[in-house]
Amino acid sequence: MSADSVLYDLPGPRARRRARIATVIGLVLIAALVAVVVQRLADRGQFDAELWAPWIDPSDEQFGAVWGLVRQGVVATLIAAGLAIGCSLVVGVLLGVARLMLGRVLRVPVVLFIELFRGLPVVITIVFVWRAMVELKVDLGFLPGEAALWYLVIGLTLYNSVIIAEILRAGVLSLPRGQGEAARAIGMRERQVMSTILLPQAFRIMLPALISQLIVILKDTSLAAVIGLGYLELLRRGNQISQVLDNPIQSLFMVGAMFIVINFALSRLATYVERRLSRSTGSAAAAEAAVPAT
Amino acid sequence: MDPVLDNLDLYWSGFLRSLSIIGWSLLGSMLLGTVLAAFRVSPVASLRAFGAAWVTLVRNCPLTIVLFFMAFGLPEVGVNTSYYVFGISGLVIYTSAFVCEALRSGINAVDRGQAEAARAIGLTFTQTMRQVVLPQAFRSAVPPLGSVQIAMFKNSAVVGAFGVGADLFSVGETLTSARGLEYIPVLTGVAIGYLVITLTAGVLLGVIERKVAIAR
Repeated sequence: MSADSVLYDLPGPRARRRARIATVIGLVLIAALVAVVVQRLADRGQFDAELWAPWIDPSDEQFGAVWGLVRQGVVATLIAAGLAIGCSLVVGVLLGVARLMLGRVLRVPVVLFIELFRGLPVVITIVFVWRAMVELKVDLGFLPGEAALWYLVIGLTLYNSVIIAEILRAGVLSLPRGQGEAARAIGMRERQVMSTILLPQAFRIMLPALISQLIVILKDTSLAAVIGLGYLELLRRGNQISQVLDNPIQSLFMVGAMFIVINFALSRLATYVERRLSRSTGSAAAAEAAVPAT
Repeated sequence: MDPVLDNLDLYWSGFLRSLSIIGWSLLGSMLLGTVLAAFRVSPVASLRAFGAAWVTLVRNCPLTIVLFFMAFGLPEVGVNTSYYVFGISGLVIYTSAFVCEALRSGINAVDRGQAEAARAIGLTFTQTMRQVVLPQAFRSAVPPLGSVQIAMFKNSAVVGAFGVGADLFSVGETLTSARGLEYIPVLTGVAIGYLVITLTAGVLLGVIERKVAIAR
């Protein structure tokens, strides 16, 4: 790593020795820090078997119930995230294409919509959708599943579709101008240019950014537990479990670990897809600039 | 819009409280993120591994869980303080991972030839860093840093929802749950407050980006 860095020359024998000594000192310091934390947690009895057993000991009588609830939570989280990414993709592509293709005047409401929901915290959007729909007595009974799920999905969709619209726009704008010009020169209409020439290429570039957005959505489903929306996703299930077992730290640790494992796998997938695409087209870097951060 | 206009003073104090959460988190996440970025590019393997582990764990964990961990975990290791401090610490830890990656991408964006040329004309290590590499790295780190921090401004609402109290989000809860006002006008007021913050920040970021922009 340091050898490829813009920051340093290739280290010589003395620099390498210094780095090795510093590595050992760093390890000792990190180990000391971890040891202090572990010691304090142990003093408070946080490593006691009865706090962990329902999570890790299959012979514990509550083990089955705990993991049953967790499974339901994971499924609920994945359903909410899957619906949200699907809806966001559809709405986001419509918004992005509208912003690209409409005239100066017609574009204004689209741009306002995008700027509005991009500027709002997603948690506010979710609370707003939930409370407003209850207050206005909007009936979501025609949709499968419970109403709370749809409040969450609609809230997440409003925010993420706007982000996807911007990713799409960045993707289309990053294509060489000649692509659109050539298509028009052979007589294609604007709609054909967009749907057969620009969008398919933009989608390829967008793919890693879309997977990263899925990670954001997965994380944001857990907002339901903070605002008290009655949707039983993974974090909410974890909180339920910890209330019964009275082990918040252990339950949070396990739930957090599950989120991290799922999201880490997704981020590796994004990197893999990105590497494959950049090998074949060399333009995937353009979409990286559009990857939003949350 | 009466519920908003009648309670403007409450909204104003909530707005200021949110700004203070944002201000402290901005300061803290920049400091911690810079330290982590220094770890991640240092020649010391153990620090590099620590930085990489931090970023991987924190980035893939929802902010909500980081916040819960602060509130339940810190008292167990002997840190007892207010939810305000727990909330800000959680937001700082969460944002620091993204700041670290933004800074690192800035350093990676500097062409290796720049440092090689600087060494070739005889600049020392310090001169190379101070006059050639780091100024360019900071410039190209500005746009990603800006979007990370604007995302943090928005995440301050999650800290409010988590129960810090008296911030812009909590004002909405107080007016609706405790005083029974209607949700739609009250939450519209809250949303406008956050829009003022994020849109202003967006404009400021645009100004800064134009100032430091370099043609490559």
